[in-house]
Amino acid sequence: MTITRNRRVALGAMTALLAASLTACSGGGDGGGGGGEGASAEEIEAALQEGGSLTYWTWTPQAEKQIEEFEKAYPDVDVTLVDTVGAGDANTKLQNAIAAGDGVPDVVQIEYQSIPQFQLPGQLTDLTQYGFAELESLYTASTWGSVSQNGGIWGLPQDSGPMAFFYNQEVFDAAGVEVPATWDEYVEAARTIKEHDADTCLANDSGDPGFTTSMIWQAGGTPFQNDGESVTIDLADEGTTRFAEMYQPLIDDELLCQLPGWSDEWYAALNDGTIASVALGAWMPGILEDGVPDGAGKWRVAPMPTYDGPPTNAENGGSTESIPEASENKLLAAGFLKWLNASDESIQAFMETGGFPATVEHLESEEFLGYESEYFGGQKINEVLAAGAADVNEGWQYLPWQSYANSIFADTVGQAWLDRSSLLDGLAAWQEENVAYGTDQGFTVNG
Amino acid sequence: MTPFLVVFALMIVTPLVYSMYLSLFRNQLMGGTTFAGFANYVTALTDPKLWDGAGRVGLFLLVQVPIMLALALVAALAIDSGRLHGRSFFRVGLFLPYAVPGVVAVLMWGYMYDDRLGLTASVNDLVGFALLDPYTKRWILTAIGNIVTWEFVGYNMLILYSALKTVPTEIYEAAAIDGAGQFRIVRSIKLPAVRGALVIATIFSILGSFQLFNEPNILKEIQPALISSYYTPNIYAYNLTFVGNQVSYAATVAIVMGLVTAVIAYIVQLRGTRREA
Repeated sequence: MTITRNRRVALGAMTALLAASLTACSGGGDGGGGGGEGASAEEIEAALQEGGSLTYWTWTPQAEKQIEEFEKAYPDVDVTLVDTVGAGDANTKLQNAIAAGDGVPDVVQIEYQSIPQFQLPGQLTDLTQYGFAELESLYTASTWGSVSQNGGIWGLPQDSGPMAFFYNQEVFDAAGVEVPATWDEYVEAARTIKEHDADTCLANDSGDPGFTTSMIWQAGGTPFQNDGESVTIDLADEGTTRFAEMYQPLIDDELLCQLPGWSDEWYAALNDGTIASVALGAWMPGILEDGVPDGAGKWRVAPMPTYDGPPTNAENGGSTESIPEASENKLLAAGFLKWLNASDESIQAFMETGGFPATVEHLESEEFLGYESEYFGGQKINEVLAAGAADVNEGWQYLPWQSYANSIFADTVGQAWLDRSSLLDGLAAWQEENVAYGTDQGFTVNG
Repeated sequence: MTPFLVVFALMIVTPLVYSMYLSLFRNQLMGGTTFAGFANYVTALTDPKLWDGAGRVGLFLLVQVPIMLALALVAALAIDSGRLHGRSFFRVGLFLPYAVPGVVAVLMWGYMYDDRLGLTASVNDLVGFALLDPYTKRWILTAIGNIVTWEFVGYNMLILYSALKTVPTEIYEAAAIDGAGQFRIVRSIKLPAVRGALVIATIFSILGSFQLFNEPNILKEIQPALISSYYTPNIYAYNLTFVGNQVSYAATVAIVMGLVTAVIAYIVQLRGTRREA
């Protein structure tokens, strides 16, 4: 891992790789055609055996463990891990490296919602040529849908984030609040908790684009539709409106703590019980155990509240690993990627330290479902979380420029929290800005 | 001369020319980068977001810079007067904030401004009502001005103080013999002596105001809705580049703002030196 290996190994590996690429070239001559780069499973396996070196950018906490396992299986491949800290920084960093044409990683972690941003300008490798289409059945439908769009496969899913309702039982008991089954009950619970103690609140929100889009998704909205070139934006569709109308009283009556998530204050408020619940992705248990130690034994998880009874859900976060078009080592990168997100060894290592997988087999395994979390007072949390994965609404798409859209969210929708004004008006303003931006960026935008 | 020209060409001319070159293109997710002539400049001149930011830093300049420089001048005169006990303590103390990295300073103030946990909360608890409310649309720019003043008052004080130090002591002696009091000395000797330094400090502050970035950008993480993605022209250019996929337009914004800044700084310099003559 990293730079521990000595130079001789690397040199030997490079020679081997050169030989491999020469073989590949001579072999590819007759098969030919424009694509040219494709390879079969055997060729990928051969490349892994021959070895080489790879750079892998990720912010996955489990990556180190996974690479350890990988290098045990393929000792001649040397993987350099670069910690990109978080999704936002990672996007900027990758964009810069690609623009500079230098230091581009061979394998890189990208959030599902950011795939189009890199895929549309042709910066990601279509993995169809490595036969990855046949891996489809391994993954949940929603994660596979996120990586395969616009006629290609742009990554293999690493994890998924079906939403769930995480709550602090102690605070709920003290305020005499039951776990809300519907969003109406949720709003009532927010009121009751505020009345019980004005300093506490059911949840925090100061206008978060990731949360809001997931909530719209959960309400059955599909405000963004795109087929690559033409994009339709409708932030007043039935689902979006249903969410906004449900949520408006929470803003108007200041029932939530106006704290941005992931801040120090947020962690402090989760620790001391000021914030009684969060509705976030299934990766949340790991975050709670790490960042909210005072909540041990107090937190529980429940399915997301619903609107009209039948369970409904959305994804929140989650990411894939992809191979940039500018990688100089694609065959080997494909081998590593396939091992990373499609091999049992790697996924086991990922799950052992709190990762929430995207593979159906692991989500359904008895060991996973039967796990009793001490932090959650012995609750079988994965039963709840995995059940939530099955209820994710289909048909959701993000904008091809979602990172940009998120960056102007606070300018438009975020104003609703600041001024206690209409969420739907904010969403309309967001739509208007996105239509203008998309049109300027060369898309045909309806909205 | 040649070494200077080499450095000048590499460090000043190259980036400028490259930015100008960049500004002639158009970046699109669909369609890539194409030549656009001066279209970006036409867009920039009527871009409400750019002028919203420019107006804000203009207002900031008009209000914050005079306050900061007045404070710095008072401090410099006080330290120079010789009547202040612990002179070097005050000098170092005032300068110290400048030595605190900008990011750290903003995080620190950002916490103090918090009305749930910070100093603001304590003050409001003490007086029993919301006396301080920095995280509101009404006060946020003032709150930023306060941070910037805190950071740079000492730096400007030092510039003015060193100008005061260049006044030969004979002049003060002569003034004393002529019967001039302290205020007369300040008005007739010290203020004219610092005029040149004041012009320089003003120009630095103009540049600083137009380049306002760190303070609002860090506060944006705490208060995303209060500080827009185009709050200052620099924040706008930054977001255009790193999230908006519009490097070329960002270069245009930078050049337009560079020109505006240069013109204003030049006018200030002209006026400052003319009076001096």
